[in-house]
Amino acid sequence: MAAPRVIVVGAGPAGTRAAEVLVAAGLRPVVIDEAADNGGQIYRRQPAGFRRRAEELYGTEAGRARAVHGAFSALRGRIEHWPQSLAWQLRDGTLQVERGGRAHRLDFDRIILATGATDRLLPIPGWTVPGTFSLGAAQIALKAQACAIGRRVIFLGSGPLLYLVAAQYVKAGAQVAAVLDTAPAAARRAALPLMAVRPSLLIKGAALLWRLKRAGVPVHHGVAPLRIEGDSRVSGLVFRDAAGREQRLEGDAVGMGWHLRAESQLADLAGCTFAFDEVSRQWLPRIDADGRSSVDGVYLAGDGVRLAGADAAELGGKLAARAVLQDLGLPPPAGIDAEQLRRSLARMERFRQGLAVAFPWPGDIIAKLSDDTLVCRCEAITAGTLRRSATALEAPEMNRAKAFTRVGMGRCQGRFCGIAGAEILAAARGEPMQAAGRIRSAAPVKPLAVAIEVETP
Amino acid sequence: MMGGAGPLLQRLDELVRPSVTLAVDGQVVTALEGDTVLTAVLLHGAALRQSEFGDGPRAGFCLMGACQDCWVWTEQGTRLRACSTPVTAGLRIVTREVPWPRLG
Repeated sequence: MAAPRVIVVGAGPAGTRAAEVLVAAGLRPVVIDEAADNGGQIYRRQPAGFRRRAEELYGTEAGRARAVHGAFSALRGRIEHWPQSLAWQLRDGTLQVERGGRAHRLDFDRIILATGATDRLLPIPGWTVPGTFSLGAAQIALKAQACAIGRRVIFLGSGPLLYLVAAQYVKAGAQVAAVLDTAPAAARRAALPLMAVRPSLLIKGAALLWRLKRAGVPVHHGVAPLRIEGDSRVSGLVFRDAAGREQRLEGDAVGMGWHLRAESQLADLAGCTFAFDEVSRQWLPRIDADGRSSVDGVYLAGDGVRLAGADAAELGGKLAARAVLQDLGLPPPAGIDAEQLRRSLARMERFRQGLAVAFPWPGDIIAKLSDDTLVCRCEAITAGTLRRSATALEAPEMNRAKAFTRVGMGRCQGRFCGIAGAEILAAARGEPMQAAGRIRSAAPVKPLAVAIEVETP
Repeated sequence: MMGGAGPLLQRLDELVRPSVTLAVDGQVVTALEGDTVLTAVLLHGAALRQSEFGDGPRAGFCLMGACQDCWVWTEQGTRLRACSTPVTAGLRIVTREVPWPRLG
């Protein structure tokens, strides 16, 4: 009997650990990733010829980054690595992949989707003005290109990444104008009981705040962003502070983001059941404790399903691979204590709940955005247009609103407007956000060239 | 093409790398090996492209290949995502789409 074919999509922490377990069991998985090198976004590697040490790139996470990179390097020759390859459709046991302008059909017995996440964004007036980037982008510019996104950078959003990136900019010698957190200061105190399950992370967080304070970076809690100013480039940002005063900050760049948004398109195309996650206020594929989705043969791991961070992603990758082996009737992998992994993940899940309390998603800000705010960057659709689709045209949920307005129909396929769009639509209808549903995924999950060569078997 | 005065990005480190020249809308741009097309362009100016909907210039957004807001084209018409395309010697890009050939 031929060895079962297992595919892993994503070569970040979850995908790397999943592949490692499969290889240890004697399988030769195909590992598909869009990037040229492994590591995912969190442990993204700098290009050849760059010389900074891991400590400079990954800070306190340097040890973990090295371990994940090392684990992947040790798999070379024992996996089929497809870098710079886009998995763009998944249906009925077949994955469609574009690699170097050629189309490939890969049939599989089991597939682990470790597709990661992007920043979660909310629109504010002026967020398309050059100089405005996502928080993740600000970090990638630094990590992978040794560049800052501007001379004087304003960081806006909420969540751990907001403070991490700002502190990394300070450390790298960039000027940070301020950190603007939409979460009120009191929220962090309320979250302490939940977050106390991971004291080491609380200490790391405190260290970031200390670095910002020592550098004299103002940190504002409980802000409401009003607009990014500038015509052809960012000149400043206007916000309302916690006391209700309007303030203007000078700066030539804005890095903004609110936690993460799961990249779950392939799971959607595969037909996986989704459920609304009250913690992250977004729809996520449903999995069992080990990562089995509702579709036989499809497994999920990492931030594409749990949104619990890189170390949780490593554990989820191991558990998903273990589940694959179990479901194939193969012997359980040595050295993996599934019960302990599940317990660790449960603890990390509690911390994730704490983070959501400390740094809540500001749905109220989105509901109040002015009608002329561009919500959909790709198709330039405004909040007003979206609201009219809810009121005048009676769009009950996002897919109907998409058909009426083209919101989420553009080339990012709703990655950066879908969640905020649902908030606006639901608020206009006087309903909770989950009533607006989620934009259905469509293949290809990212734009392909019109002409790609089809591989004939 | 390159809106505003001066560059958007600022180099902080990794300054010692071989240089590479490319052409952006016919103008010679000097970059360093390992730079992406987005980095190379935004170290000289403040825009990558114009929005098709007339709402002004754009300069990328996510830098991880998800938002598709950094599209540029080779002079032959091949579309590139500037944030995930490394510069190569002799690369010639344009920041407006090359018109499609008329068929029939």
